Amino acid sequence: METGKLPPLLLLHPDDNILVARRDIVAGEPVEIDGERFTMPVAIELGHKLARRALAADTRVLKYGAPIGSMKLAVARGEHVHLHNLRSDYLPSTSRDMDKKTDGH
Amino acid sequence: MNAVAKTNRSLKGFARSDGRKGIRNVVAVAYLVECAHHVSRLIVQKSGADDVHLIGFPGCYPNKYSLEMMQRLCTHPNVGAVLLVSLGCEGFNREQLRRTIAASGRPVDLLVIQQSGGTTRTLNAGLEIVRKMRAELAKQVTVPMALDELIVGTVCGGSDGTSGITANPAVGRCFDWLIEAGAACIFEETGELIGCERIMASRAVTPELGKEIEACVDKAANYYRIMGYGSFAPGNAEGGLTTLEEKSMGAYSKSGSSPISGLIKPGDVPPRGGLYLLDVVPDGEPRFGFPNISDNAEIVELIACGSHLILFTTGRGSVVGSAISPVIKVCANPDTYDRMADDMDVNAGRILRGAELDDVGREILSLVESVASGELSKSEALGHQEFILTYKQFEPIGPACLPAA
Repeated sequence: METGKLPPLLLLHPDDNILVARRDIVAGEPVEIDGERFTMPVAIELGHKLARRALAADTRVLKYGAPIGSMKLAVARGEHVHLHNLRSDYLPSTSRDMDKKTDGH
Repeated sequence: MNAVAKTNRSLKGFARSDGRKGIRNVVAVAYLVECAHHVSRLIVQKSGADDVHLIGFPGCYPNKYSLEMMQRLCTHPNVGAVLLVSLGCEGFNREQLRRTIAASGRPVDLLVIQQSGGTTRTLNAGLEIVRKMRAELAKQVTVPMALDELIVGTVCGGSDGTSGITANPAVGRCFDWLIEAGAACIFEETGELIGCERIMASRAVTPELGKEIEACVDKAANYYRIMGYGSFAPGNAEGGLTTLEEKSMGAYSKSGSSPISGLIKPGDVPPRGGLYLLDVVPDGEPRFGFPNISDNAEIVELIACGSHLILFTTGRGSVVGSAISPVIKVCANPDTYDRMADDMDVNAGRILRGAELDDVGREILSLVESVASGELSKSEALGHQEFILTYKQFEPIGPACLPAA
């Protein structure tokens, strides 16, 4: 099957409040979220997540039907959900520019 | 199960005195301190043979874990003979290691650089020993081997947002079929299973084992909290993963859906077929650093538990293999596969482009059978033989960890 014919967003579990990009999606591209047409506000890369619906701050985010953290900020439907607005409920995540936060590696 | 019944191939193995069978017949050259590393590497390089593998331990201070690991690795079924290379003054208990290898019936020799007269003399002596060992091993013939004699480990490295959707669940399917055929399968890295402890505990064959599993994930969470980093690398985030528990849920799907038969620690060999969780996080307060400093440290522990081969899933794209046991690369991300196809055995990313999960699972199973019959995996053919062993501290497993043992 050609990639172009497959929906670009994946719902991994019916309880999930995020969707996963099956391929790179460009800003302005028309997609469907729960049967409704929606225009992507931002570009999103393969494997990244976006909000299936508006999510308030502190909302538990569900992927595979399981909690993967809580929203730091409120987001609108279709927004990219990542380090800038989602936090772990266990241990903080690391990015290259966060290295200074610990003991200076 | 259909997937296994359809293939039902007989594998080829080398019979060992402990009843296990190996899928390779490697000569291991083992340095017992970093000071003997270069001489050992020269012996391996100048032997010119792909089946002579370099392993070793860099530290000068003795450590119970590293001795135990080296004993398990040097008597691994894929190893046919061992040459130990010591500098002479290090703390490693080389005589105990040599006795253990000799007791297993394998050819073993020991060179002590300070006694042999330095680099060149040790190198020349080592090359002669390795040549004789290889000639001896070449006489061995393979015997039929069944899937229920196989131990398969799985590890993920360079995970991204595709790993938990494609490669990991596909390995999980393969694990389910292998276990139905009687094989033992091992998944690991409890620090990458933080967030999955309750679901995992509910799959344990006894409630007591379930409690042990929850406790070992708690131990991992506590350990990583003290270290200040979870098992989460910058590349994980660049590939779309945001939190440790999100990475965990994806990693967890490698385990498939079989009941969990036991919780083991590095060096413990599964007593029978089934699914086992390997606890890689040291016991006690953090003492020697991060539990596993990179993927190959985990692979070495899976091999010390008897794994004949390793299923390595990657999203961002890892190229590593291992000494002793072949590594099969299952690539989760179709774009990574397109960039790095020469390093990848399976393109599980095609699931995102419409392929069926079961078909990819069957492809992995079929590769397990062919690699276990002597075919080279990609990383093996490219000469990847990475190896890391560091200091650690473990207590033995408790009685609830291997029910019906």
